[in-house]
Amino acid sequence: MIALDAGLAALIVALGVWVIRARSAFAAVAGFLAYGLLLTLVWVRLHGVDVALTEAAIGGGLTGALLIGAAARLRETEAAARSERPGRIVHVAAALAAIAVTAALAVGVLTLPVPAPSLAQEVAANLAVTEVGNPITGVLLAFRAMDTLLEAIVLLFALIGVWSLAPDRVWGGRPGPQQYADPNGILAYVARVLPPIGIVVGMYIFWVGADHPGGKFQGATIIAAMWLLTIMAGLTDAPPISRTWLRVGLVAGPLVFIAIGFAGAVTAGAFLAYPVGYAKPLIIAIELALMPSLALVLALMLAGAPQRTAS
Amino acid sequence: MSAVLDLFTIVAVACGAFFFLAGTTGLLRFPDTFTRLHALTKADNLGLGLVILGLLPRVDSVFTGCKLVCVWLLVLLSGAVASQLIARSQRRREMNR
Amino acid sequence: MAEFLGAASGFVLLMVALGLIRILRGPGDADRVMAAQLLGTGGIAALLLLGAATAEPAIADVALTLALLAAFAAIAFVKATAAPDQDAAPAADDRA
Repeated sequence: MIALDAGLAALIVALGVWVIRARSAFAAVAGFLAYGLLLTLVWVRLHGVDVALTEAAIGGGLTGALLIGAAARLRETEAAARSERPGRIVHVAAALAAIAVTAALAVGVLTLPVPAPSLAQEVAANLAVTEVGNPITGVLLAFRAMDTLLEAIVLLFALIGVWSLAPDRVWGGRPGPQQYADPNGILAYVARVLPPIGIVVGMYIFWVGADHPGGKFQGATIIAAMWLLTIMAGLTDAPPISRTWLRVGLVAGPLVFIAIGFAGAVTAGAFLAYPVGYAKPLIIAIELALMPSLALVLALMLAGAPQRTAS
Repeated sequence: MSAVLDLFTIVAVACGAFFFLAGTTGLLRFPDTFTRLHALTKADNLGLGLVILGLLPRVDSVFTGCKLVCVWLLVLLSGAVASQLIARSQRRREMNR
Repeated sequence: MAEFLGAASGFVLLMVALGLIRILRGPGDADRVMAAQLLGTGGIAALLLLGAATAEPAIADVALTLALLAAFAAIAFVKATAAPDQDAAPAADDRA
């Protein structure tokens, strides 16, 4: 196992160096995609299967697609930008700074007392009250629910930031260019066959997150990817961002979360506290409300800023 | 019985690893995008199928076994589609040159 | 058995690494798109073998997610590398 771990670590570091030194943005993004998918293996070795799921979904698929879209848009200006590349001294200084930060982190982790201070004992002791079996879900949605709420709202802000890049005349329009694909071709075929399977898998991973690795975030990512697949194949078009159902869907999840928080303040004494015995239904309600909103946010962030008018 | 199953796992996983070796050799040695695509798609998918076949006796429930077979079918589907799309776009690029 | 599966996982990872060296160097963007496919097959094989070697539960779910998202990433890559005037639709002379 040691050889496996060492080989994996060496491969990932080599890939990272390659991504930095790649000649074109496309090559770098392809390397970054491989890097993300290999990190999934690292997380599995570290026994963080939930994190591995999130890495596979977001770090691999979604971020890869996001970056490749950016690289495609930058393709024309890449030759011009090459003359603006920083010189060797800046590269070496950046590398030294990065190595210094990594060394400081490594020293910090390796000099922790054994056993390292952590709250894992308290979580394990109190998990039964939340009635969920997966400690990650318990932490995310019961003990640190405030963090999850703030993350959902931050995602909304990021989406508004992406939308703000739209030119004034197409504000409220459809993101992305019009996609065409032959309705009898391969791309349309896969966009008809894969999304039903993907939606079932996404729902399954969302549902199984209560007691096993999984959860709403990974499930929402899979569903967003399937929706984006149908948009890429031209089977559906990206909705105009001025549509009411879209905006209601985006805010519905966080609003339900906040409402449950205030209800908790009234019935259980603190914001986002759950009354005894109601923990699991409330957690399920929050997850059910958040998942469609998350899928919408992620898909729209990848679709980008509006580029066409709504008609 | 479990010895037979262990032997089956070892044989299947070894065959799968051999096909991965064949696929990677093809990737490294073939001269052309299209031929490399053949090596990658066919040999690696077969290797993955044999590996999953070898891991099937070791699963703890029928449901997990179904999930593994589902993984293989999904990879087959996506491999077939992706290789077609890559080959078409490469050919179009070469025709336009 | 666990050592054998771990060794097999390491071997598959080595194959993936060698394949990556060739693919990422390859001239042209089509070769780079193959990186998504290589990880989709080899990476999943290494992941499943690793999970079986260490008896990690719920590995099949990670493999399912990886398979779906690798497919999505490969298709997104192909769409992005095709020039804007030619998408993935067949040309007039294609009959496939």
